[in-house]
Amino acid sequence: MCGIVGLYLKNQALSPELGRLFAPMLIEMSDRGPDSAGIAVYHQPAETGRYKITVFHPDPDFAWQALTAALGDGVSAQPNDTHWVFEVGSDYQAKIAQIEAFDPEIMVMSSGRVMEIYKETGLPSTVIDRFGITSMGGSHIVGHTRMATESAVTTAGSHPFSTGPDLCLVHNGSLSNHNRLRERLARHEGLQFRTENDTEVAAAYITYRLNNGRSLHGALEDSLSDLDGFYTFVAGTETGFAVLRDPIACKPAVLAETDDYVAFGSEYRALVSLPGIQHAKVWEPEPAIVYSWGEAA
Amino acid sequence: MSAALINHTVLDLAASQLRDVNAQLQDAGAGHFRIDNPQGAHALACGLKHDIEVEIAGHTGYFCAGMNQNARITVKGNAGQGVAENMMSGEVRIAGDVSQSAAATAHGGLLVIDGNAAARCGISLKGADIVVKGNVGHMSMFMAQAGRLVVLGDAGDALGDSLYEARIYVRGAVKSLGSDCVEKPLEAEHKEELRALLDRAGCQDVQVDAFRRYGSARQLYHFNADNLAVY
Repeated sequence: MCGIVGLYLKNQALSPELGRLFAPMLIEMSDRGPDSAGIAVYHQPAETGRYKITVFHPDPDFAWQALTAALGDGVSAQPNDTHWVFEVGSDYQAKIAQIEAFDPEIMVMSSGRVMEIYKETGLPSTVIDRFGITSMGGSHIVGHTRMATESAVTTAGSHPFSTGPDLCLVHNGSLSNHNRLRERLARHEGLQFRTENDTEVAAAYITYRLNNGRSLHGALEDSLSDLDGFYTFVAGTETGFAVLRDPIACKPAVLAETDDYVAFGSEYRALVSLPGIQHAKVWEPEPAIVYSWGEAA
Repeated sequence: MSAALINHTVLDLAASQLRDVNAQLQDAGAGHFRIDNPQGAHALACGLKHDIEVEIAGHTGYFCAGMNQNARITVKGNAGQGVAENMMSGEVRIAGDVSQSAAATAHGGLLVIDGNAAARCGISLKGADIVVKGNVGHMSMFMAQAGRLVVLGDAGDALGDSLYEARIYVRGAVKSLGSDCVEKPLEAEHKEELRALLDRAGCQDVQVDAFRRYGSARQLYHFNADNLAVY
């Protein structure tokens, strides 16, 4: 099953309210995905030339201070439960490699100027509370509630997935050609994979298209011919937000738009707590049509 | 006060449990009910048996008005998947759009959709009538056995795939026909039944001559190895 929600603000005056508006949307999707939940939030941009790296370690006693010291000068660290956000300079790719080499259980969740990804096992309401999502502001936010069907309930297997700076992807469905595509993207495009998850392959595919100069909108259009399976995707970039359903429209999706925001939910009930929803334009995205906002277009 | 408003009950889903609201509707023998704050709830106004009138003031979730008998249900908004699924009789009217599988396996009654219907509208229809004032999505009327679908707008891919004896009338464009579905002539008897359906749906202004009729070519009723490619 799984549930997806997303909120993209058109009116930045609502920015301080982003997490508060988003939390009930994710929690409403708990019965679609009670195993684990994840959130990609676009907020608190790093200064020009600096990058944020969100890092997860399962051990509550992990030596975060030692890692911070190892990363050297000019690196700041912000703890948030099992995740820490490091702010680094333009050598962020070298820093990611250094972090990953520091401990075998460590996992880089995301990197970018704006985006942070938090994910954990447990009920969505618990995950929201653990990371203090409700009090976070920002420009857009994407969330996923997972009911695992094909791989274990782990933090690593939770969505959203990111394979490039400020790119996130959440997915309801399953892909059938991800093994071959993963091999192709790893061998020919030099993309790195951290899990066996099919959604990570879709995220990597989008990164590959973005690296080739495509917009997020264009990258999702390309995926219609290269990704096989069933899916509803919600994707975010630094300033963009996009939605795509497979040509057969296996998985549910509802979009709502007002002057203030664009909201996505697997079901309409995820959107009912949003201000002005009674007068929003509410529609079901059509199969094989990319919908995008912001610089994604 | 008109007679219709005498027995008028307002039920608020913001203050009541869904099961209690459904039980009250199922037990009512007569009257008019308004459901406030549906908030996308699933399985609302399901399993009604009596000739009551229900107005739902907002958007509903999955399977609204499922298994309906005799009741007249109006949704003043959109409805999620499987609206009026397995309806036996009565009327369901939707002011907005509906998600996929509208009126799936419905045996009788009338479903009127003022907006668009997504994929698989009327899948496995068994005798109900559907009038969609907008468009219908792909695979509509898949394996429909009896009943009628009227579409004032366009139809998506594979309309009427593996159709049995259901009839389909479309005024707009059909993206593609499914296996064993063919266009058939619009004779006087079809114009007559189409007129009656449009009138019941409140489309008195819509002319029947603008429609095309689609039905089964009856080539896939019995398995034939030569037909393997089209199944």
